[in-house]
Amino acid sequence: MLHGYGSSILDGAWLTVNLALTSMALAVALGLVGAAFRLSPVKWLARLGEGYTTVIRGIPDLVLILLIFYGGQDLINRIALASGYTGYIDINPFIAGVCTMGFIFGAYLSETFRGAFMAIPAGQAEAGMAYGMSRSQVFWRILVPQMIRFALPGFTNNWLVLTKSTALISVIGLQDMMFKAKNAADATHEPFTFFLAVAVLYLMLTSVSLLVLRYLEKHFSVGIKAAEL
Amino acid sequence: MKKTELLGVLALCAASFMAHADEAPLRIGIEAAYPPFSFRTPEGQVSGFDYDIGNALCEEMKAKCTWVVQEFDGMIPSLKVRKVDAVLSSMSITEDRLKSVDFSKKYYHTPGKFAMKAGNVLTDPKVDLKGKRLGVQRSATYDRFATEQLEPAGVVVVRYSTQNEAFLDLASGRLDATLADIVYTDESFIKTPAGKDYVLVGPDINDPRYFGRGAGIAVRKGDTANAARLSTAIDAIRANGKYEQVMAKYFTYDIYGQR
Amino acid sequence: MMLDYNLIWENLPLYFSGALVTLKVLLISLFFGLMLAIPLALMRVSRAPLINFPAWLYTYVIRGTPMLVQLFLIYFGLAQFEAVRQSVLWPYLSSATFCACLAFAINTSAYSAELLAGSLKSTPHGEIEAGKAMGMSRATLFRRILLPSALRRVLPQYSNEVLMMLQTTSLASIVTLVDITGAARTVSARYYLPFEAFVTAAIFYLAMTFILVRLFKLAERRWLAYLAPRKH
Repeated sequence: MLHGYGSSILDGAWLTVNLALTSMALAVALGLVGAAFRLSPVKWLARLGEGYTTVIRGIPDLVLILLIFYGGQDLINRIALASGYTGYIDINPFIAGVCTMGFIFGAYLSETFRGAFMAIPAGQAEAGMAYGMSRSQVFWRILVPQMIRFALPGFTNNWLVLTKSTALISVIGLQDMMFKAKNAADATHEPFTFFLAVAVLYLMLTSVSLLVLRYLEKHFSVGIKAAEL
Repeated sequence: MKKTELLGVLALCAASFMAHADEAPLRIGIEAAYPPFSFRTPEGQVSGFDYDIGNALCEEMKAKCTWVVQEFDGMIPSLKVRKVDAVLSSMSITEDRLKSVDFSKKYYHTPGKFAMKAGNVLTDPKVDLKGKRLGVQRSATYDRFATEQLEPAGVVVVRYSTQNEAFLDLASGRLDATLADIVYTDESFIKTPAGKDYVLVGPDINDPRYFGRGAGIAVRKGDTANAARLSTAIDAIRANGKYEQVMAKYFTYDIYGQR
Repeated sequence: MMLDYNLIWENLPLYFSGALVTLKVLLISLFFGLMLAIPLALMRVSRAPLINFPAWLYTYVIRGTPMLVQLFLIYFGLAQFEAVRQSVLWPYLSSATFCACLAFAINTSAYSAELLAGSLKSTPHGEIEAGKAMGMSRATLFRRILLPSALRRVLPQYSNEVLMMLQTTSLASIVTLVDITGAARTVSARYYLPFEAFVTAAIFYLAMTFILVRLFKLAERRWLAYLAPRKH
């Protein structure tokens, strides 16, 4: 049915999951930094954070991917030539993909984290300080665990969007399952079959993710009374 | 005493680094989406005429080669940023490209040809295709030819990321014609079940301004060393029969062309 | 300067015509998407499983698969079948613009339906009680109280959806349409200037985003003034 391209597409699926997880890790790191900037009392840091999120959210993912992969390499090359460096700086598509996705979703996550931090009652941090905890102790022991509960819905949303956006990385030649499906479709002239197969795989990915994240939401909400509707 | 020792160590490092750089593999860019010149087998391996010729040349040059697969319209940018050292992917030697890169001598030379539904007559593309939709691969020489010669005459030029997408749309009727290399069109479309109602028509398109002197191996501007050793290797494999061997594997006709 | 902006300047007309294509695709997709979303949302708030389930399945599948896959299925996938090519729909399906708008409209209808359903479910109970107290039938209740109220309250989240749609339209360039991204790709391929080409595209999208954000602020001021913080 899949004309022998089945295993090739599954290889691509593995790479897709890999790409999504790695990018999300980078995005979480950038998101925490971005949220910290936006909540910072230092004016220019707050502005920088705001600029980051506004610009990224205003440009399509596809344009950013093309800009960072083709344009970024181009720019690095021109800078290298201008400064007399004759070596090469290799950016393989996987790294480019991870950096792009991480960068984009770091912006979205910083909004999620910011909202989550702001939702923690101020009394919590104050109580921590009253006990004599240092700022970083307050941050890691009091704020972050509580922030997770508030951030989970937004995080779930962003994770789902990220996994689907990875399909765009096929445009820069990364051999994820979308790329493999396109190859197979081109070679066999049966695009419907292969894109349907890939659609099913993505649906499985999102379904599994939803189940896992729902479970996590329940886990982190233990002891919190849900409002009666 | 310590300073000179340090300098000595550094010099040795630099020397070994340079020596090492000499043995650095030749990284060759290939599209792997242009059968029978370059494509992927269902198992995912790269294969094709370009690939086999490349390996034969490397064997001849006694150089270590690695292959880098990427999209065609990213080839020259990749060469410029040193992501690859050569491009062996059915890239035609044209005046335009010579502004950005250097080429080895040609390793084959086939003309471009239109593909249309059987029953269509095509004598002069500027007249017969006026108002019709012509599909090309973005940034290929056929794209440039179509954009500069046919678009002003009223032909609607539609650009795709890969040639195969253009064939898909030709087969479904969204396009009236495609323009691409004769061999590629024949092998990947006309001869397949999807292309059974389609034929190669019209004049051979080999305007030297666009299609120059055949397909060559692109190298960075000024990299005469690599261009020269690749050209020498091409002559060598033509002389010792290796070229014929590879060509016979894929074609029943000569694709090297005159000269 | 290292950057070559002359060539971009010469090609600006292509970007502007691309912007028009982007705008056209955006508006058509949003309009039909919203028209489809309203009945879907009504189905989603229904308590009858026979009505709710198909709508839930639709939104689940559409929201669970990438836009690119949906677009390829509609543009390349459907064209594969002889039956489709002979059918009465072919004149429409053979057009890249139609296929792109269809794919985008279906996509936004699923997301918008969920947003609207959420908004309907969170209608302040007092409004529903008042309507029932006045003796309104279910249909009248929906038409005069629930839908207008829900549409107003969904405005902030819908504005997000519209901005996301603007970015999604860039995928139209993958199926041959020359929108802003398509213009950038053409320029980048012709002159080997990817950085300038895509930065220009980014600027165009940022400008359009900015304009849309402004428009939505005005809309919110007009239709959601009653929910705005008091300005004593």
